[in-house]
Amino acid sequence: MKHAKHSNGTAFKIVAYTVCVLLTILSLMPFIIMLINSTRSTYEIQQHAISLVPSTYLMSNLSVLLGKTFNPIRGFMNSMIISVGSTACTVYFSALTAYALVAYQWKGRKTFFTVIMCVMMIPAQVTSIGFYQFMYQIHMTNNFLALILPSIAAPATVFFMRQFMLSSLPLELLDSARIDGSGEFNTFNRIALPIMKPAMATQAIFCFVSSWNSLFLPTILLTDNSKYTMPIMVGLLRGDIYKTEHGAIYLGLTLTILPLFIVYFALSKYIIAGVALGGVKG
Amino acid sequence: MKQRKGFSYARYGYLFSLPFIVAFCVFSLYPTIYTALLGFTDCKGLGNTTWHFLTDEPFKNFVSVLQNPSFIKSLGNTVKLWIMNFIPQITLALLLTAWFTSHRHKLAGQGFFKVVFYMPNIITAASVAILFNALFGYPTGPVNDLLLTTGVLSTPFNFSINATAAQLIVAFIQFWMWYGYTMIILISGVLGISPEIYEAAEIDGANDVQLFFQITIPNLKTILLYTLITSMIGGLNMYDIPKLFLLGGPDNATLTTSVFIYNQAFSGSYLYNRAAAASMIMFLIIAVFSGVIFLLMRDKDEGR
Repeated sequence: MKHAKHSNGTAFKIVAYTVCVLLTILSLMPFIIMLINSTRSTYEIQQHAISLVPSTYLMSNLSVLLGKTFNPIRGFMNSMIISVGSTACTVYFSALTAYALVAYQWKGRKTFFTVIMCVMMIPAQVTSIGFYQFMYQIHMTNNFLALILPSIAAPATVFFMRQFMLSSLPLELLDSARIDGSGEFNTFNRIALPIMKPAMATQAIFCFVSSWNSLFLPTILLTDNSKYTMPIMVGLLRGDIYKTEHGAIYLGLTLTILPLFIVYFALSKYIIAGVALGGVKG
Repeated sequence: MKQRKGFSYARYGYLFSLPFIVAFCVFSLYPTIYTALLGFTDCKGLGNTTWHFLTDEPFKNFVSVLQNPSFIKSLGNTVKLWIMNFIPQITLALLLTAWFTSHRHKLAGQGFFKVVFYMPNIITAASVAILFNALFGYPTGPVNDLLLTTGVLSTPFNFSINATAAQLIVAFIQFWMWYGYTMIILISGVLGISPEIYEAAEIDGANDVQLFFQITIPNLKTILLYTLITSMIGGLNMYDIPKLFLLGGPDNATLTTSVFIYNQAFSGSYLYNRAAAASMIMFLIIAVFSGVIFLLMRDKDEGR
């Protein structure tokens, strides 16, 4: 009996590890092909599109890539400005809003929280036509502020921060700060914010990534080449001008994906923990 | 004195939520109402900001959207693509969850697998779409290369002109990007189930399969429902992958409602009014699901 159970366990492990290894290959393979092909010439790629050996055409692919409309440095800078701006707005103002919900008793607080939960799930995409028309009228198209300022109101982040604050911000601490004569806004910045750091860091990662990856609204609002973000820039690789330049396309993709790879593998521990937390809270 | 102090503190509650409320009203609420109104107007043409309400037939845009074969097709595609990605996604995520949380067999390297499986989720969807477009290239893309060298195919297959192949690939990309996320959510849900329930069942002689179906699944009900509905909302807004993978083609096979709305409003004759009407139709569908989620979460929050 014991023996049967043992072999049963071995069989289970063989199956489980085989599936996991196959899925690992499935996750990594597209990116490995991309990385290697970005060093190969278009001719080499046309002969054999899969190779595990890098070639020597990285620089020539780069000059083809940059010789056309694709400008990764500009895209990177634009995406950086928007993502940093909206992350800062989301994290700071969500903490402030959550603080208002937790630290003070005020009329309409419950209703306000209910409204936040109601609008949490509604994606910006379905109201984009009105948003575009509004921005067009006030001449805010091709202005990064149109993509940054809306992040001040981030219902899901407020929800998450509120849950965190309820469990880890002792209200007595605020009272003693008041006795010491600290102003309310000062108390928030000096006492509440440092306690919120772990929650803010988690939310900052996800806010940054989703802002960095966002395509729909930036495509609508940013029509000027010099304002293109990284995802819009990537779309250019799909165009006719790069049709026959396989090596350059792979290199362009590598340049857009590499920064995310570096950030992800450096922070993966926190990111995975953050995703798991979202599931428990949700 | 104390009474007065308590009263004056309430002020800060309003004051500190003010930035959120203002930003929400200006950038969310107003555009929503504006979109709803535009659905009843004749607003079209690039850069046009003057419009009139359609007084004769107020629902003209809604009717024409609902009668537009492309919209009907895009709605069907969106639902189809979502189902084609969600069923394998939840199945695999549940299977991996069962394996990774098994009490009898501890699998080593779980941390590594979680990091690798979740990874595609964090990569820009636009880049992923273009990457897969290159991978499935014809006649010399990597997938064709693989299929030819291994002898599965004798001549290269043009994935981009075959409707079924295109839909399968889009659904696969969505599946590939999201199963790791779903798995992590489900695992954290299982870890939240009290271990005593499992111990008691194990003493009663339940095997792994029984434990999974009779304890894990019923206890995960809320999280499964949450996953289902958020995935559905995301799926109904699918844009990046279908837009950039094959531009909605071939023959509109990967045209989703979001791509349809974009095309109506920002290409051709810039039919903002039609796009707004289509948005509102999607909005209503999504609002129904949001309502369900809201009820679920409120119950959970009160139990806290």
